[in-house]
Amino acid sequence: MGIKKSRPSRREFLKSASALTGVAVATFIGAPFNGVVIASEPAGAKGPWYGYGIDIEKCIGCGRCANACKNENNVPQKPYYFRTWIEQYTIKNDGSIHIESPNGGVDGFEQKIPEEEIFKSFFVPKMCNHCHKSPCVQVCPVGATYDSPEGVVLIDDSYCIGCRYCVQACPYGCRYIHPEKKVVDKCSLCYHRIKKGMNPACVEVCPTNARIFGDLRDKEGPLVEFLRTHTCQVLKPHLNTGSKLYYNALSAEVR
Amino acid sequence: MPIQIKRHLIILAILIAAFVVFQQLMIPESFGELGHYRANSLEDNELFDIHYAGQESCYECHEDISDLKEMDLHYDLSCETCHGPGTDHNLSPDSVELFIPDDRNFCGLCHAKNTARNEDAVFQIELKEHNPDKNCTYCHNPHAPWELRNQDPQEENF
Repeated sequence: MGIKKSRPSRREFLKSASALTGVAVATFIGAPFNGVVIASEPAGAKGPWYGYGIDIEKCIGCGRCANACKNENNVPQKPYYFRTWIEQYTIKNDGSIHIESPNGGVDGFEQKIPEEEIFKSFFVPKMCNHCHKSPCVQVCPVGATYDSPEGVVLIDDSYCIGCRYCVQACPYGCRYIHPEKKVVDKCSLCYHRIKKGMNPACVEVCPTNARIFGDLRDKEGPLVEFLRTHTCQVLKPHLNTGSKLYYNALSAEVR
Repeated sequence: MPIQIKRHLIILAILIAAFVVFQQLMIPESFGELGHYRANSLEDNELFDIHYAGQESCYECHEDISDLKEMDLHYDLSCETCHGPGTDHNLSPDSVELFIPDDRNFCGLCHAKNTARNEDAVFQIELKEHNPDKNCTYCHNPHAPWELRNQDPQEENF
């Protein structure tokens, strides 16, 4: 009765252990784990595949983008919902990190921390990352949010049931429930503008050209040139979302 | 086949048929054509109203401002950055007037001193120290900020 236990000799144990280790090492070398930094395009598709770049070095935190976005897309002024907003990161000399975003930056920023205490400070505009492997699209139970053939993550207003799953799923906090429409809302890269050949409203009004909109397949285009000439990073690359929102000069403190 | 099995099979077939019919009725038009979504939703998203007209449309009438702007540091600014959305004004220029900012704090959105602002990217001043009792537009032409006007060298502190 019972399970027959075998007691391997030391030689056998070492043999199988080293074989297992060998397989593991070979697998690792053969297919190393890569955090997805540059999303790979869907194969076989044609037409534009849009992405977005933000140059943190150029952003002066004027908040005109957040303001224009609200005007263009009928985002309610209050309560404080945003499709795009700006955060000011301030790292003090003692190493503590202060993040603030009063009214999303629409009314500007006032520096409250005395300058001599500041180690460094910068503005980070945030918006939908238009991920290629969006967590929000994956959790939608009815197919009301989707990755369009142009690589824009869109919402089907008339089909959304307002279940808020996607609001929870977005690792970047870019979705909210529209208080009047009672369905989810977020950045659409101004799909109604870009289809007519215009720039998104935030890009249109940015005074310092800190925001770059473009086609990732257009190798001569402004976005690809921006990616080529700057050291760009995406937010939370370890989550493997395939984000297509690229930041130049992104500090590690930004989450 | 026993009669009771037959009856059960008939009921099952009816239920399956009812489910298939119900499912077909519930799936909206164009769903699944491009993926797990309504393909028509792409058109719906295209139909939203445009509010920001783009500065080329402004210059069709305001050529003088375009010429003035080109000479100075605000050459790269879109008109709507300061004046707000202009599509309605384009459609009926006489009845819809655009916002004309005339407030120190509005200029301060870009030009107030802040450590986070790159010094090379934008001129910055201390709002509380730089002629605090005057509007920016008293001295600066907003379309050509270095074309100073009403300047009294005794008073200015640059």
